[in-house]
Amino acid sequence: MAHAPVEEVTEGPKVLAVSKVSPKVRTIAVVRPGEGDVTYLEAARKGLGVTLRHFMKNFFGRRRPADKLARGEVVTEKSLIPWNEIETIQYPEEKTHYPERFRGLHRLMQRDDGQVRCVACMCCPTVCPAHCITIIPAETDDKGIEKKPAVFEIDELRCVVCGLCVEACPCDAIRMDSGVHAKPVEQRGDAIMTRELLLGLSKEVGKDPTSTATQGGEGPDWRDGG
Amino acid sequence: MNTLYAVLDHPATKWVILVFALVMPLASLLTWAERRQSAMMQDRLGPNRAAPTFLPGLKLKGILHFVADAIKMISKEDFVPGNVHKGLFTLAPLLAIGPVLVAFAIIPFGPTIFPHELGNVLDPTAPLAGEGAQNLAHSIRMQVASFDYGLLFYFAVLTLANYGGTLAGWASYNKWALLGGLRGSSQMMSYEVAMGLSLMGCFLLVGSLEPGYIVGAGASSKLSPSNPLNWLWLWQFPALILFTVAAIAETKRAPFDIPEGEPEIIGYFVEYSGLRWGLFFLAEFIEIVFISAVIATVFFGGYQVPFLDPDGFRIGGYMAEVNGQMVSTGGTVLKLPHAAVTALQVGAFGAKVILLCWFQLLVRWTLPRFRADQLMNLGWKLLLPLALAWTMLSALFKLAAINFGWV
Repeated sequence: MAHAPVEEVTEGPKVLAVSKVSPKVRTIAVVRPGEGDVTYLEAARKGLGVTLRHFMKNFFGRRRPADKLARGEVVTEKSLIPWNEIETIQYPEEKTHYPERFRGLHRLMQRDDGQVRCVACMCCPTVCPAHCITIIPAETDDKGIEKKPAVFEIDELRCVVCGLCVEACPCDAIRMDSGVHAKPVEQRGDAIMTRELLLGLSKEVGKDPTSTATQGGEGPDWRDGG
Repeated sequence: MNTLYAVLDHPATKWVILVFALVMPLASLLTWAERRQSAMMQDRLGPNRAAPTFLPGLKLKGILHFVADAIKMISKEDFVPGNVHKGLFTLAPLLAIGPVLVAFAIIPFGPTIFPHELGNVLDPTAPLAGEGAQNLAHSIRMQVASFDYGLLFYFAVLTLANYGGTLAGWASYNKWALLGGLRGSSQMMSYEVAMGLSLMGCFLLVGSLEPGYIVGAGASSKLSPSNPLNWLWLWQFPALILFTVAAIAETKRAPFDIPEGEPEIIGYFVEYSGLRWGLFFLAEFIEIVFISAVIATVFFGGYQVPFLDPDGFRIGGYMAEVNGQMVSTGGTVLKLPHAAVTALQVGAFGAKVILLCWFQLLVRWTLPRFRADQLMNLGWKLLLPLALAWTMLSALFKLAAINFGWV
């Protein structure tokens, strides 16, 4: 394999020696700040200049509009007072733009008749790497469904927000599309979301609690070509 | 009324007012200012939202964070490790903070107040007694103690503060703490020499060690002490640089925070928690305020407002003493009552101190820490010879000035 011709280095650090084996390996003269200048005055002056410039810009400058900050947009308009460079979004008052598939708190979906969609198949507690889902199944009157969760609890302190439970669910009963964060709690027990809380979250965040997926046991089966 | 003036003029009263009305609030606010300023320098916001629970809207840009910090430090568990020397462990934080507060006694934070003339324009040219004399009785000097040995007292007392750190390191029964304490003492010893010597030129030029006299006299008797050109920053510029560097080293903060060295040894207060640690913390910030006060007093005319003489703003002339009597050399005078002049001058002193504190924070958040050998090289091989040379030059200048009548 032929080597590409080595380009002559005209700027950058001073090369003291070049390896005979590989021309990429070089010994360069490193110039550290303060070398030969025991007072460090020049380096200190430069550093103070940088920090002073940032301080002045951020202290006297105008803050970029929160919505533009949230979208990470660069403000191009001219203004009398220059824009500062602070990127901080003041969270509870201002919120950043979340992607469409952002995983927030879990919510439980409902059937058309308002019953919980979950059939207590135990797929999600099985796949959950954090063991944060507790399901105690119970029988239902509807023999086509067989089971329902008597208890469905998610410990939001344990949850690692991986989304595997949503992937594992065969009947679109659990989703993480609520778009809200776990709420701050004072007691650890308060972070456990019960079945009622999970069911009620849809209403709280204003999302449709019913699924567009075909309800199990009803309607035409795909095997019948329906 | 006269008793009130006497009480106000008592050193204890003045010290309490100075420490609790000026120094402590300023030092506490610095804990917030430091975090906000460093944030601004690093494109962040910093703490800006502490507010009382009953008034969540009262954010004030986060100023109340220092109250939250104080409450936290007071209510935290005061943990004392098993093997420490109990007595010295308790004494050390007090030794760290006590001397700094005592040293403030020498700082003149305002002019002398003449309570009977507060509403009138003070006339320095008026005779001291007899016809047309002003009532200058019961004067209140805004300086706790005025010693002839003034700044030497500061050097002596602030050295004691270092015992706090060293004792803390020793009493903690912890190798890292001991290392920090010893590093602290070696650094203090090295930089005190340069710090003391760097001010020698100022003493020579002004002819006094007393801060009040330095502020009142200025470098030259041919200019008004309120003229910024008469302040020592111009006449003793190298001394200003040398003293600032040495004084920042004395505060044991970056870039001279070898005794702390957070990534390596944490420092002499590694075993301290709660309010005891808080005292060390506060002492550090009070030291910043104190260093700023000393620099403002010696180099930037202390409480002097540019061109503000005791009787008002004077443009184009100056006050001079001729045969024991003050005379004005002319110029335009904008007359101000004594109370307004006093308020302006105390405000000016505060403003200068705050600006210098700001500068110290800027330095602290810009420069990285020196290595131990770099620190010693800078102190002994650079600052000390330069300070010595500058002292010699100042002496020569003073000699020439006396012979040729320059100042």
